[in-house]
Amino acid sequence: MTGATEKMTGARAFIECLSKEGVEVIFGYPGGVLLPIYDELYDADVRHILVRHEQAAAHAADGYARATGKTGVCLATSGPGATNLVTGIATAYMDSVPMVAFTGQVPGSMIGNDAFQEADITGITLPITKHNYLVPEAVELPRIIKEAFHIASTGRQGPVLVDMPKDVTTDELDFSYPEKVELRGYKPTFNGNLLQVKKAAQEISRSTCPVIYAGGGVISSDASSELLAFAEKIMAPVTTTLTGIGAFPGNHLLSLGMLGMHGTKYANYAIQESDLLITIGARFDDRVTGKIESFAPNARVMHIDIDPAEISKNVHVDIPIVGDAKEVLASLTKHVMKCKSENWIKKVGEWKVKYPLHYVNSDEFIKPQYIIEQIHEACEDAIIVTDVGQHQMWAAQYFSFKEPRMFITSGGLGTMGYGFPAAIGAKVGRPDKVVFDIAGDGSFQMNSQELATVVENDIPVIVAVFNNGYLGMVRQWQELFYEHRYSHTCISGSVDFVKLAEAYGALGLRAARPPEVRPVIDEAIASGRPTVIDFIVEREENVSPMVPAGAAINEILDLERKS
Amino acid sequence: MKHTLAVLVENKSGVLARVAVLFSRRGYNIDSLAVGVTEDPTISRMTIVVRGDDHVLEQVTKQLNKLIDVIKVTDISSDESVERELALIKVTADANTRSEIIQIVDIFRARIIDVAAKSMTIEVTGDEEKIVGIEQLLSSFGIKEMVRTGKVALTRGIKSV
Repeated sequence: MTGATEKMTGARAFIECLSKEGVEVIFGYPGGVLLPIYDELYDADVRHILVRHEQAAAHAADGYARATGKTGVCLATSGPGATNLVTGIATAYMDSVPMVAFTGQVPGSMIGNDAFQEADITGITLPITKHNYLVPEAVELPRIIKEAFHIASTGRQGPVLVDMPKDVTTDELDFSYPEKVELRGYKPTFNGNLLQVKKAAQEISRSTCPVIYAGGGVISSDASSELLAFAEKIMAPVTTTLTGIGAFPGNHLLSLGMLGMHGTKYANYAIQESDLLITIGARFDDRVTGKIESFAPNARVMHIDIDPAEISKNVHVDIPIVGDAKEVLASLTKHVMKCKSENWIKKVGEWKVKYPLHYVNSDEFIKPQYIIEQIHEACEDAIIVTDVGQHQMWAAQYFSFKEPRMFITSGGLGTMGYGFPAAIGAKVGRPDKVVFDIAGDGSFQMNSQELATVVENDIPVIVAVFNNGYLGMVRQWQELFYEHRYSHTCISGSVDFVKLAEAYGALGLRAARPPEVRPVIDEAIASGRPTVIDFIVEREENVSPMVPAGAAINEILDLERKS
Repeated sequence: MKHTLAVLVENKSGVLARVAVLFSRRGYNIDSLAVGVTEDPTISRMTIVVRGDDHVLEQVTKQLNKLIDVIKVTDISSDESVERELALIKVTADANTRSEIIQIVDIFRARIIDVAAKSMTIEVTGDEEKIVGIEQLLSSFGIKEMVRTGKVALTRGIKSV
């Protein structure tokens, strides 16, 4: 504890703690038990962005965190406010995003009495938070907030929830902010074991067909430049997961793009024929591995991860290294020698030429892939946030990302409605960047109320709605596996997105033919205003290639539509 | 395969819920769980008997270690350890059967802790086989009610977890 203390209320202490943690912005929504805190926020220095639904506050905090690397903060009232955060917290948990979610709670004396707007949010969020707290007394608040930020942002990052009963915010305490955290049960392993690193280095030097499989952990640990140095030194091709996109430059000679269900053919083929799989900050998700028994059948598996529980969870690991990706990669690069991979690189290069990602463009209809390419051409250093579905996969496939934290998407939980509020968070965190939300007409409508937030706060996010009148990804599966029975996936009678934008005071644009695509993109960027672009796209375009559920990842099909 | 885990945790409210949620969420089976405070009043010790192969046990151990309130997890089933459970068994007993029950109690080195006109309550401590053994013998008299603790265990010798 620091020496000097000052008497203040819990609500005031809350603001002081945020300031000590360097929090620039909170995404929140007030309510009864939060009145003391909102009264303090009235003239506090910290920026507060009022959303229109608490779920958006959680997603915005998540998008902010992914775009900046800092811990995102959201705030919601007790009961329904808190439960509305749940989807956003679960999203952040699945993708290991550092976030601290604060919730109000009914006064301590009323907890357990089914009081008005009471919900057991610590109980509800037990399995979807890295840790959570119900603050018992005002005097505990500074320590708990210090711990919450520490836990959220270190080790395998993740969301932490702090539930604050109203009396905790009104009671007085002698405020002092602890300088360090003492948690005997929490000591993440940061440095890789040197013996394991040397063993890994030897294993790599023996490999002739190595593949690096990099995930979101590389981005979390800010290890992209280490990954590049490592890959170039050993000369191994690199494939990334959906959340790992940007960890390795997409235009690099050694880049294989994304692997898995909608990954590139050459990435999947390379995995299946590799003799050494060097996994870094990834977790062998089922969308990556396909049929797990057939995944990388000839490969020894190396796994670098900060979370020991990921080692051998889904796939048996031969050479584990527990530690921070940045540190381990730097150490490994020092000890490693080049692989004898010349023939392998040549073979993989041939696959890249023979099996490129491709689609058949059209003069008549707007192909969704074409929009992605046009956005890339118009603004290649934009931050691309996506919702979930076909448009998400097209963005992952056709936008070439050179840097980390430029592609922001809900990978693990696959949360529709994530994109727009997350784009708000990204734009608030990186106001210097053009931020696109690539959305489907289904996903966008899950949080389109946030148009009010972007207009009110002048957050010029561009929402590109890929409007095909379908819940496209489910429709694609119905087409392929349910005999074209499009049960409840046709949503063509939705809304006029241009008028919707205008109703909120945002700019609404539309493109219905290919020649109109580029002009509306340019107009949206030039306007500097919150914008919704309604792209009327080819209705039944499929995401291709595709590994059917339950198949091995080299059993990958072309589904292109020749129209 | 059964494993006995000694789990040192922070002695605060909610920790048991965290452990229970972890087990149910990840589909691990708990055979028994006993918890109590240790020589250090800020630390509680859970003894968890879990069923599963080595892969499951490794996952259970790692997932438990991820909980912030878990300080240490040790598998003490392979070590030389002493293990005990306690059971209280209320059996139907009258003048005709009382002496026979007392004999069984003596053989098992159990204790009679309550006697009434139509019942006796027996306290027995031991490993699982012993408890099952006395339960089977007493069942012929009619067990009215029975309560068992989970297993508690310590490693032998000077070494501690």
